[in-house]
Amino acid sequence: MTDDTIKERIRTFLFKHIKDNELSNDENLFASGLLNSLFAMQLVMFTEKEFQVKVENEDLDLKNFSTINAIDEFVRRKL
Amino acid sequence: MKIELTTEQLEQQEVFRVFVDKEVVPCADQFDKEERLPSELIGKIAENGFLAATIPESNGGKGMDMVTHGLLCEEFGSGSASVLSLFTVHGMLAQAILQWGSPEQRSHLLPQLASGKKIGAFGLTEPDIGSDAKSVQTTAKLDGASYVLNGTKKWISCGQIADIFLIIAQCEGKPTAFLVEKDCPGLTIKPITGLLGFKAAMLAELSIEECSIPQENLVGRIGFGFSHVAGTALDYGRYCVAAGSVGLARACLEACLSYTSERQQFGSLLKGHQLIQQMLTNMIAGIQAARLLYFQAGYLKDTLDPESITASAIAKYFASTMAVKAASDAVQIHGANGCSDEYPVQRYYRDAKIMEIIEGSNQMQQIMISKYIGISARKKGRK
Ligand SMILES: Cc1cc2nc3c(=O)[nH]c(=O)nc-3n(C[C@H](O)[C@H](O)[C@H](O)COP(=O)(O)OP(=O)(O)OC[C@H]3O[C@@H](n4cnc5c(N)ncnc54)[C@H](O)[C@@H]3O)c2cc1C
Repeated sequence: MTDDTIKERIRTFLFKHIKDNELSNDENLFASGLLNSLFAMQLVMFTEKEFQVKVENEDLDLKNFSTINAIDEFVRRKL
Repeated sequence: MKIELTTEQLEQQEVFRVFVDKEVVPCADQFDKEERLPSELIGKIAENGFLAATIPESNGGKGMDMVTHGLLCEEFGSGSASVLSLFTVHGMLAQAILQWGSPEQRSHLLPQLASGKKIGAFGLTEPDIGSDAKSVQTTAKLDGASYVLNGTKKWISCGQIADIFLIIAQCEGKPTAFLVEKDCPGLTIKPITGLLGFKAAMLAELSIEECSIPQENLVGRIGFGFSHVAGTALDYGRYCVAAGSVGLARACLEACLSYTSERQQFGSLLKGHQLIQQMLTNMIAGIQAARLLYFQAGYLKDTLDPESITASAIAKYFASTMAVKAASDAVQIHGANGCSDEYPVQRYYRDAKIMEIIEGSNQMQQIMISKYIGISARKKGRK
């Protein structure tokens, strides 16, 4: 899987929640104020299902989920 | 697309129904009056493997799929909302441990929760903090190898009978989840009585004063107690409430079908009057719609789909609102008898109202659902 495919898949998922094509790869998702309180768990489920990785309790770190780049790096570390 | 229960699911549904009809329905009004659940009933529920049944077999559970679990909640919800609340909060703790517990917490606690050896409860709400739950005021401070907790938790379902609590507290100024055992020195459990509904859910207020717990009782990581740990628990709780509300509404319908087939006014049975038929029809349609919503949420959970979380919120919102309407109409259909404790519909009405408040009030569900579909506009002037 190339970096771009991972990022594109993350972007496709995020687009369902943040209807914004201009979302940049380093923009903090949780700072937008638009995401509801369910989003954090949805993002975990998405990451687990889409990339077949397990998000463990020690992975609970905002650094892993705050931006498209961060999720991409996290997934590639886990794969 | 195929919406059909499997043979095993139908068989399980029948098992739940037989148990509820025998063990719950005949005594539910008594539980409500006495404001307690008998320990023998909890024992029988545990013996049958109904508690935290979604825990995988490898952790001592039944590995029950979520759709089947929804059927269980629907059946128990039709018998007693107070009994349903045991499944809800006990399962919330179990689910949170399953998802975010350490390997030790999982291997030690999950088998005990699945067998009912330990009963769990969920401590988020406080006297001054409800909907704005991430702002809880209970604190946790690291002191050597222990965390020391201080604060008050209120409205904790099954708090009177629980052995272990999932407590959300501020640690380093961030919401964090901890496990607190009932015999922890400094923990005082005060029963809450006189509620409108869920009267037998054995609610308690927890006074937590200098409760010292081992460092290993932290669940997940600091700062993730609300968004992820409580998030997992509440998602499960909303699903239970959705399915339980369908059960409650079904009990309303069944009571009304029976009553309107016996009671006559103006020379014909109540069910012959069109305005009564209208209320019954609305109940039937509402129940079917809400059931499909929880089936969908359950299916999405079973396929580990992230959409399952929103689907559960929508199902909880719709089903609880529907149950309140069904229960209100059930009282109306029963007239004065509906206001009497000789008929169960007054209990359904009182219990239904609670469904709109717990696991995030319906206003909170509305806010979450509207944000999900992007009703709110993106802020201008961002980077
Ligand atoms: C029978 C029962 C069992 C319970 N069991 C548990 C349990 O096991 N564990 C636990 O932790 N808690 C439990 N609770 C507490 C329950 O979760 C809370 O009551 C619920 O979250 C609402 O909080 P609150 O009562 O403090 O209301 P508040 O948050 O004070 O809200 C009051 C009203 O204002 C509305 N409101 C608040 N903010 C907004 C807003 N921004 N916009 C619009 N409307 C708003 C709410 O929807 C509500 O209608 C239980 C409650 C009951 C009644």
